[in-house]
Amino acid sequence: MTVEIGAFSLALALVLSLAQALLSAGARWRRSSALAGAGQGAAVAAFVALLVAFAALMHAFVVSDFSVANVAANSHSAKPLLYRVAGTWGSHEGSMLLWCLALTGCGAAVAAFGRDLPAGLKSLTVATQGALGVVFLAYTVFASNPFVRLATPPVEGRSLNPLLQDPALAFHPPALYLGYVGMSVVFSFAVAALIEGRVDAAWARWVRPWTLAAWSALTIGITLGAFWAYYELGWGGWWFWDPVENASFMPWLIAAALLHSAIVTEKRGALAGWTVFLALAAFSFSMLGAFLVRSGVLTSVHAFAVDPTRGVLLLIILGVTAGAGFALFAWRAPSLSRGGVFAPISRESALVLNNILLAAATATVLLGTLYPLMREAATGEAISVGPPFFNLTFTPLMAVMALILPAGPLLAWKRGDLHGVLQRLWIAALIALACGFAAFALISPRKAFSAAGVAMGAWLVVGALVELAERTRAFRASGAETWRRLTGLPRGAWGMTLAHLGLGVFVLGACFETGWKLEAAEVLPIGGGLTLGEYSLVLDDIRSVDGPNYEAERGLLRAFKGDAEICAPSPERRFYPAGGQTTSEVAICTRGLDHLYVVLGERRDAAGQPVWLVRAYWNPWALLIFIGPAIMAVGGAISLSDRRLRIAAGRRRLVEATA
Amino acid sequence: MSGWLPKSRKARRRLYLIAAIAPVLALAAGLTLWGLSDSISFFYTPAQAAAAKPPIGRSVQLGGLVQPGSVVKHPDGRVEFVVADQQATAKVHFSGDLPDLFREGQGIVATGAFRADGEFEARQVLAKHDERYMPREVAKALKEQGEWRGEGAPPPSYQTEASRP
Repeated sequence: MTVEIGAFSLALALVLSLAQALLSAGARWRRSSALAGAGQGAAVAAFVALLVAFAALMHAFVVSDFSVANVAANSHSAKPLLYRVAGTWGSHEGSMLLWCLALTGCGAAVAAFGRDLPAGLKSLTVATQGALGVVFLAYTVFASNPFVRLATPPVEGRSLNPLLQDPALAFHPPALYLGYVGMSVVFSFAVAALIEGRVDAAWARWVRPWTLAAWSALTIGITLGAFWAYYELGWGGWWFWDPVENASFMPWLIAAALLHSAIVTEKRGALAGWTVFLALAAFSFSMLGAFLVRSGVLTSVHAFAVDPTRGVLLLIILGVTAGAGFALFAWRAPSLSRGGVFAPISRESALVLNNILLAAATATVLLGTLYPLMREAATGEAISVGPPFFNLTFTPLMAVMALILPAGPLLAWKRGDLHGVLQRLWIAALIALACGFAAFALISPRKAFSAAGVAMGAWLVVGALVELAERTRAFRASGAETWRRLTGLPRGAWGMTLAHLGLGVFVLGACFETGWKLEAAEVLPIGGGLTLGEYSLVLDDIRSVDGPNYEAERGLLRAFKGDAEICAPSPERRFYPAGGQTTSEVAICTRGLDHLYVVLGERRDAAGQPVWLVRAYWNPWALLIFIGPAIMAVGGAISLSDRRLRIAAGRRRLVEATA
Repeated sequence: MSGWLPKSRKARRRLYLIAAIAPVLALAAGLTLWGLSDSISFFYTPAQAAAAKPPIGRSVQLGGLVQPGSVVKHPDGRVEFVVADQQATAKVHFSGDLPDLFREGQGIVATGAFRADGEFEARQVLAKHDERYMPREVAKALKEQGEWRGEGAPPPSYQTEASRP
């Protein structure tokens, strides 16, 4: 019965979204506040209906109702509760439902909280959001319905892929989808502004919090995914430039560019057309990501919910939606105002350069991701574009960006003083160079590129701190004055400092990890050992372990640095009888910022004696790879709580008070 | 301002913008072209590799089905197996832990290079996370050879190939 309620609510949400689109568009056309109210009501109702549908599907997963095709294909009664809940969005159908839930949720949020938006802009935004809802809900209802029943329900389900049964991955899709779909609001705002023909500072101020929220969620989602790949796949890596990873990374890059260009539009009224273009591009890349991940047109190691036939439908949705957005842009953008002028050396110029670099970097990632498809269509040859391509193209562009990044926030608007900025940054440059030389001279083996990367990371971190010191007049004014300024700093400023600092922290971690990681693999009998640089590992014993839905072999090892025991890793190799799959459970010992990473391989026989292949990695500063983006996301969240982004709310109160 | 700059403010701004964009675009385009000519790797099935003869030591991808009964696991961690398509086979050497979903009869993609003796030295062997999966290039190549039975169908038996007329 709950399943039928869910199926009904899903269809209801489709109808309500249609009503939302039509009523809101009508409200703008007729300038009727009654119609606008009805449209907003429909938006909230569509969200509530989808909440009911989502709850119904979750219920079916929790109680293991195998008469539902989706549950039977992706769940198992012996699975722990968390993974039965997470199974709701572990499949193609379920994840589309989550996508729609987030989409209508955003529409409802605009309808409910955007009270101070101009009536026309708001109606058009809600209408566009409704139209997007119609497209994706229609796809979900007709081509990917999660509530389809089976005529003959199986006794047991086929289980969720055991690799997905992991806490990080349970929360990875919701965060990622919040990010992807958060861009839809930005898209709707852009479409509404183009129809209205007005892109001004106020518009940029409304768009920024949405971009910031979506970007922060995307940061968390991507980081969780990378962290999952790091410890669940057991390859010792965290980023493979795989198409699916790129699919989530491109919207992130575009959103980062949009965050910066929206600042220029908000503060100086310039770059209006470009900001709108990025706003359209961000959600288009999100949809491209959804298409690439689900259609299986590109070979990926991470694609799970793949279905090629539906891929075509998603491609059509992508083409129509993005095409309509960009066509509207081409038609209306020339009428947008040009905005303020600025000198070649100014904060605006720095932000423009940031945008050029981010856009070029996105283009190289896009080309590298799609090139196999283009090549195959043109010549019929199957090729793959791997990490070497991206290291060659993406990394230098980002290096240039990192080089100029610390100077940007120190430059003044309109006309900056480059000489003064460089004077303030010499200490950061000195520290960065010292770090780079130290890394080059002290760490063996010597690696020039990695040492340069370390210098770059230090430059970003110290540069962010210098900027903070400038704002608070640290070391120049009295301590009390600095403290007063520090506590009085707007949250947006904190957010920026943290985001830039986080990027530096990430660069440091990534350079250390890729440059100086150690790797060793050896076949060990019980009592055997292997060495890894100055560390050694001893395999003490192998135990059989029974999990809730798996059987495992657990290796009991001890790790030594010299003669001192530093930790006791216990990696597992798990067998899941429900799907007949084996996975490795990596053991990670954290030592300061470093990770000792141990993987237990399969059992083999050497002269009648059982032996195990044990692989171990020493990943220096690997923790920073995940802490850096976490700092960036925290920066985004802090900036989001800035009072200035809610300045319009204050104006509303003022209006109410005078009324 | 120098005399050769345009008089109009707008035109000057446009010029600066182009001056900023051009080097970045040139850098990006140059690196991309270099990268695409240098650091892509071709995908072959054993039959395609036999026809195309990739240079020894050039990084390529070899895909196909793992021939049942061909997997030999040595106690020192080395693994040998035969990757097959409908027409040809190639012996693959790999040192290390095979992916958790590596099975006989399963589609895999190995990244590595051919050795002088014509056998393949793999740096990395990929099977998918999902047991219902067949790597796309493998699926496509097998389809073209008329060997495709759909996802999840039992893999073709290559043991009987010799006895075919």
